[in-house]
Amino acid sequence: MGADAVFRVEGLRKSFGQNEVLGGISVELHAGEVTVLMGANGAGKSTLVKIISGVYERGGGTMRLAGKAFDPVTPAEAIRAGVVTVHQNINDGVVADLDVATNLTLDRLSGKGASLLFKPANVRAEASTVADRMGLAIDLRARVADLSLADRQMVAIARAMAHQPKVLILDEPTSSLSSAEADRLFSLIDRLRGQGVAILYISHRMSDIRRLADRIVSMRDGVISGIFDKKPLDYEGAVNAMLGRKIHLDRVVARNSARAVFTAEGLQLSPGAKPISMTLGAGEVVAITGLVGVGKTALAETLFGVRRPLAGIMHMDGRPYAPRSAREAIAAGVFLVAKDRAMSGIVGGFNIERNISLPFLKRMSDFAVMRRRAERVAARRQIDELGIVCRSEKDELSALSGGNQQKVMVARWMSQASRLFILDEPFQGVDISARRDIAAKLRASADGRATLLFVTEIDEALETADRILVMSEHTIVGEHRNADIDLDRLLAQVAGGPLHGTA
Amino acid sequence: MTLRDYAIRYGFIVLLFGLIGYFAVAADGFVSPQSAVFIFQSVAITGVLALGVTATLVVGGFDLSIGSVATSAMMAASYAMVVLEQNAIVAVIACLVIGVVVGLINGWLIVYMRVPDLLATLGMMFLLLGLQRIPTEGRSIATGMTMPDGSVANGKFSEAFLALGRHRIDFFIPSLIPVSVVVLVALAVLIWFFLEYTRFGRMMYAVGSNERAAELAGAPVKAYKIWAYVISGVFASIGGILLAARLGRGDIASGNNLLLDAVAAALIGYAVLGAAKPNAFGTAVGAVFVGVLLQGLTMMNAPYYTQDFVKGAVLVVALVFTFALSGRGKR
Repeated sequence: MGADAVFRVEGLRKSFGQNEVLGGISVELHAGEVTVLMGANGAGKSTLVKIISGVYERGGGTMRLAGKAFDPVTPAEAIRAGVVTVHQNINDGVVADLDVATNLTLDRLSGKGASLLFKPANVRAEASTVADRMGLAIDLRARVADLSLADRQMVAIARAMAHQPKVLILDEPTSSLSSAEADRLFSLIDRLRGQGVAILYISHRMSDIRRLADRIVSMRDGVISGIFDKKPLDYEGAVNAMLGRKIHLDRVVARNSARAVFTAEGLQLSPGAKPISMTLGAGEVVAITGLVGVGKTALAETLFGVRRPLAGIMHMDGRPYAPRSAREAIAAGVFLVAKDRAMSGIVGGFNIERNISLPFLKRMSDFAVMRRRAERVAARRQIDELGIVCRSEKDELSALSGGNQQKVMVARWMSQASRLFILDEPFQGVDISARRDIAAKLRASADGRATLLFVTEIDEALETADRILVMSEHTIVGEHRNADIDLDRLLAQVAGGPLHGTA
Repeated sequence: MTLRDYAIRYGFIVLLFGLIGYFAVAADGFVSPQSAVFIFQSVAITGVLALGVTATLVVGGFDLSIGSVATSAMMAASYAMVVLEQNAIVAVIACLVIGVVVGLINGWLIVYMRVPDLLATLGMMFLLLGLQRIPTEGRSIATGMTMPDGSVANGKFSEAFLALGRHRIDFFIPSLIPVSVVVLVALAVLIWFFLEYTRFGRMMYAVGSNERAAELAGAPVKAYKIWAYVISGVFASIGGILLAARLGRGDIASGNNLLLDAVAAALIGYAVLGAAKPNAFGTAVGAVFVGVLLQGLTMMNAPYYTQDFVKGAVLVVALVFTFALSGRGKR
């Protein structure tokens, strides 16, 4: 099939400033085939999609569509040429306040040859032909805002298909759908595949991938790290290529813990998920790994009181622990370095010192008046401890590199002693040296508390943890002591292998 | 620091002193204790309101109802004393209660009913503008007025209450400083200390800058937001008390400019010392700035109708200072 590629990308490059995001990507898409693109966060998937769909300009390389050069300057141009993208955020693809019929024909309301007057009857007739071709069974007069997410997704795709594209790109279309809703989407995709559309499907969900993929392309750090097209597809190989397995320079010496700090029994995160039980000991560093969307953040938030479990009980130091807010969790000695520091960690208006003291204002004040000296002393100590590169503790965080910003976030929660220290994706957007510093600091200070990391990249788990737990489908499916680890088994668990057959 | 940094940081202060220097030369009698006191007195009420709205700006909100809270408080104080024949203390307490209740309702609408802050407080503004007219069927309140039922209201403003607006304290020169100016300065110092030096103020800034981060750091974000509106409501009602004490009657037509002047002062405050964020000191300087400008123009015989234009121009310039020059407009 290699010869008849409808869409071909060769040597695609893209840099943002100093940062090279795509380092020469070459991919082919074939008519009537679903190509799945896998890649961890920051691998460059969305940059690639944005270049193909005409949002970003490319830095180098060529793109060819049906043998002709394809150089879209705007998204509209890409669509006209026959490359249509349905973005991850469903509501970007539809106008919520208009009805389905108008949404399906929206793109004909403007541009060349559009009629000056809006004729509802014509619109509805046109919309119903589009809907029929797609097998869409939705009331065309319904307002999109009143539809379910899945129906909206269908409308967004149908709207995209109204252009009769040659190439359809779907960016994580099932991320907010239930499994029954996803099934409807899959049969729609089957139908499009039958019509000879070349589909690029971006997803992390192994169950989606098993259901749909004709080929899998894995991306890592801005390059293609593996192409899998031999049936039966090598899913574990694809996951491995995406997460990578480098030579570990700093293997850890795994420790065992005698005394339990935290226990959970029968913790259920989502309806239908198997309950989780686990014990975390004093002095040990435990990493929970798994693909994006398997419930890692949900578990972290449950332990931190931001989210309530459906069932199950937790104990801290033998006492019942059921936090109803972050405040209660902090009071119980459970600290969380949350995922995505820009969104949920950094206070932009504050300098380093004030960012560090933020959760502990009460402990750093007398009768509500801040003890600024104590704040400064704590900040200086933490800057020193973690080796934060800055001019002084008065620096704004925007002046720091990503790695140093993350160090400030870790420093914030290490400025006071905790019983259970949780870090959700602490190495995201962090350079290698800062990552080493943070990991070393976590291990060196681990005595007396339990430390729990959530990481997608297996490397990061292997470099920092004494024990590694694997998550899949909102539950824990495997446990490994980080010494002579059976990586193949671990990868099989990450990929949700047939052992736990829930495909 | 580069020249640009200096411009951002001290530009507005330099402008303020430049203005004072200019008027000192150009307008006779501008530089005198009486003139200075008059400026403070003219900005006392809007200044108090501006300090209150600063609290809501700090948590990333906004309060459009302050002007009507002030006039409602004024009407309530007048009603309490003139119609119900109560004393000054009852009148003051009634006003403060109004401020607290309106603040709580605003906060509840915004936090629990998820109404956007501008819309919630806009609605509250209209509601209060109407409500304050209902007890007297739209009449202004003064001693000897005829009530809707035909009776005559015989109560009068107590001397103690009027003193809040009219008494002047000796300060080197006899009868120099009005009580309202003392109230303004006291409240300014209070809110400045609260925002800058207490953990509550610190957390309010965190809520305004990154709500989720504040919540994950254990802050009760909803409570902080509601408190900010309560502070705003109480300050506005204090402004209303001063207004009633100055006028000595419940004038239905007064207080039209309160909201815009107060908001202008708070927003000008963003530019002071390059703070690029709401802050009490800046708000106070902003209020004084507007006062100096208007007093100077008045003394130079500029027509009254140019005042709003001048205020608007100052506000626009200050916003440019804050957002464009410092490049920190992203909240």
